[in-house]
Amino acid sequence: MTEPLLQVRDLSITFRTEGRTVRAVDGVSLAIARGETLALVGESGSGKSLTALSTVKLLPDTAEVEGSVTWRGHEMIGADARSLQQIRGNDISFIFQEPMTSLNPLHTIEKQIGESLALHQGVTGDTARARIIELLTKVGIREPESRLGAFPHQLSGGQRQRVMIAMALANKPELLIADEPTTALDVTIQAQILALLAELRDAEGLAMLFITHDLGIVRRVADRVAVMQAGKIVETGPVAEVFDNPQHPYTRKLLAAEPKGRPGPCPDGAEPLLAGEKVRVWFPIKRGFFKRTVGHIKAVTDIDLTLNRGETLGVVGESGSGKTTLALGLMRLIAAQGRISFLGRDIQGLRGSGLRALRRDMQIVFQDPYGSLSPRMSVAEIIAEGLGVHGVREPGVTPREAVARQMAEVGLDPATMDRYPHEFSGGQRQRIAIARAMILKPEFVVLDEPTSALDMTVQTQIVDLLRDLQRRYRLGYLFISHDLRVVRAMAHRMIVMRQGEVVESGTADEVFDNPRTEYARALMAAAFNLEAVEGVVAD
Amino acid sequence: MEAPAPAVTAPAPKRGLFEFSPLNRRRLRNFRANRRALWSLRLFGLLFLLSLCAELIANDRPVLVSFRGEIISPLLNTYPETFFGGDFETAADYSDPVVRCLIRTGGNIDGCLDESDGLGPAQTVEGESAGWVLRPLIPFSYATVDYEVATAPSPPDARHWLGTDDQARDVLARVIYGFRLSVLFGFGVTALSAMIGVLAGAAQGFFGGWVDLTFQRIEEVWSSMNTLYVILIISSVLAPNMWVMFFIFVAFGWTQIIGVVRAEFLRARNFEYVRAARALGVGDWRIMVRHLLPNAMVATVTLLPFMLTASIGLLAGLDFLGFGLGQGYPSLGELALQGKKYLQDPHLAITAFLTFAIMLSLMVFVFEGIRDAFDPRKTFR
Repeated sequence: MTEPLLQVRDLSITFRTEGRTVRAVDGVSLAIARGETLALVGESGSGKSLTALSTVKLLPDTAEVEGSVTWRGHEMIGADARSLQQIRGNDISFIFQEPMTSLNPLHTIEKQIGESLALHQGVTGDTARARIIELLTKVGIREPESRLGAFPHQLSGGQRQRVMIAMALANKPELLIADEPTTALDVTIQAQILALLAELRDAEGLAMLFITHDLGIVRRVADRVAVMQAGKIVETGPVAEVFDNPQHPYTRKLLAAEPKGRPGPCPDGAEPLLAGEKVRVWFPIKRGFFKRTVGHIKAVTDIDLTLNRGETLGVVGESGSGKTTLALGLMRLIAAQGRISFLGRDIQGLRGSGLRALRRDMQIVFQDPYGSLSPRMSVAEIIAEGLGVHGVREPGVTPREAVARQMAEVGLDPATMDRYPHEFSGGQRQRIAIARAMILKPEFVVLDEPTSALDMTVQTQIVDLLRDLQRRYRLGYLFISHDLRVVRAMAHRMIVMRQGEVVESGTADEVFDNPRTEYARALMAAAFNLEAVEGVVAD
Repeated sequence: MEAPAPAVTAPAPKRGLFEFSPLNRRRLRNFRANRRALWSLRLFGLLFLLSLCAELIANDRPVLVSFRGEIISPLLNTYPETFFGGDFETAADYSDPVVRCLIRTGGNIDGCLDESDGLGPAQTVEGESAGWVLRPLIPFSYATVDYEVATAPSPPDARHWLGTDDQARDVLARVIYGFRLSVLFGFGVTALSAMIGVLAGAAQGFFGGWVDLTFQRIEEVWSSMNTLYVILIISSVLAPNMWVMFFIFVAFGWTQIIGVVRAEFLRARNFEYVRAARALGVGDWRIMVRHLLPNAMVATVTLLPFMLTASIGLLAGLDFLGFGLGQGYPSLGELALQGKKYLQDPHLAITAFLTFAIMLSLMVFVFEGIRDAFDPRKTFR
């Protein structure tokens, strides 16, 4: 084998804050050869991104770095800012997770790509423009000439990520570091971006360092894989070898961590819990001085659905298809037209205290366990809030005892109830959010992507917990997700949404085994095989 | 529901009155790590505590008097001269040698009158024990006119440590009382206008839309009025006193803080935890107080010191111009004005300058420390 392009030896990164020392990366060694794709996998906080950032010294100032990183034989650690800048963006390019925040919202696409060209190659004017159009064509942006003047907010998430890739490729780098490039995207877009990256790699002979927590992606794109746990690389080797014959217990755990199984049997003859008839949420577009309504944003259009006790209704679709809006409309958190009945009672007409009483029986768990817990309230206060609002008081049980019991039920240690949310991990926070919803003993719970922000192993635990709670209390779930693997493990019946309308519905077995529409088939292909199907899905 | 609820016990609530949350503990630690701010706070606290006891430190009335074996406190009650056996029914003047003699001798009026005329010492009345007087460290109040001063303003001497002003009043006493008045006035104005401002900003940010638009326009009109003109107009109608000034200051101070509070509420009201609270059925008011207000407090706290120092400065400025609290108050601004008038008596100007410099610097240092302690990105070692 020739000399590797990038060689990392015994890299350690330490943070010191307020007297505490955190060793985030601990003795990591890895090498990437020309044209090779190395995947770095691990759960959040395992030090994957820090390792990648250290290669071009993009670490925060408080980090203390030891070890050696060589780029084609040149030592990078301790190199001066000038030579680092030569390498950054020129020889080594980055793609980050968030296409929303990685692009400057005030500059056009042409300007952002052109900046890098001017900086590293001195190319400006018409030559630069031609090169930008070439790049945009290469990353699959249609009609690139007309897109040059577009601002980031005028593009979809997938298009933004394509622009990011175009920027990364602008200077013909030799190594592309992709830090979770598809995590923030829909499954369908993810499949497209992965296909694009694989194509570009083969065409340009790029080496790639691919950081991800999704083993499905690793299997598809990488040649070799390095598994990281708590700052150390615990296993490394060719993808096929590691996947077929994992040596380290942690690798085995990661490989086994996929939401598995099926929901428990649906109770027969269960009474209907929630029914919606022609539910519609349209946001009016108002123009002019008198605010005339000139049109509507049709978020949800005429959806019929029913949900029985003890049953899970899966709602799937790409982002922007109206899944969350539908749920908020059904819960009367936003205004919706149509008939909504809950426990046989029409709830559309409820106001004030009637509506507040209803809140006790309907709850919601949100996607982001970091944003949905108030940072300045202790866990006990957060979980007990609903009790106080509704004046629920079991005789002989203090609120703290009720909280403790609920925490134990969702698998949290009651002794931690006086801590604050930031002291808990993502999975524990989601358990707190579930405890907050469950303490009121609701009948109906909306689960809005409750596992999307979590690591794979934690997703499995949360799915098990939710299934267990459903079995015990005969809860009705409205389960929203774009991750079809989780929906498969949770839902009895499901609806597929596209642009605010239901395109397919039926029992989960029917839809998964035998999807009738093109759109549903495209979703399945993207989710289970990471295959991009053009035409029916967004780009 | 098959399994009985697992036997779990809640940990005993451990949060006492002075138990801080981890976040606040971190802030406290950060503040204490800032030595300049900590010492400024200690010094300011000491000065403020002393000025709160101004009546015990600088007063023309004695703290305690022992008269005919009985201990009385003229500080708390007013005693006429006749109480001590004198002739006048007015309040006793304890710097008058006759009154002092009366207390010492237990009410020997004839002897004391002779003594003040130089006819020999007065004897203690028979059967009475000798009385005594405990006077404060500075035997002048802020309004006491010392008639023994030959020319006013008089420079510092052993009797008046910082000299007297042009009405023969003790400057040190006026500084002590003036410091207290300025600080209390500033804190009061800031607290009340912050409270109103936070409420208004919270309502605007939370409800948005028409409420926000309407209030914003009203505030713009209101805050574009010139405070100084309004004060001039009002003081030509009402006799200026502290309460009038206080309410004018509050009326024009509350708009300062609205912007930041409104912005914080606008930002946070779409957070998922607010939506989660709504889904729980929590009412608007409770969401504002429990979920949104704590987040807006950091922005508020960083603005408060500016409001405080600004209102103290403005009050002094108005006093300097003669539109302030008026004659009856121990005003530092008036001292500065006298300093300007009597340049040949520099003790007035120097005292006024040093008082303002020390008071405002200490406050700025303290608030700088508080602001840094609230900054999550700053770490102290």
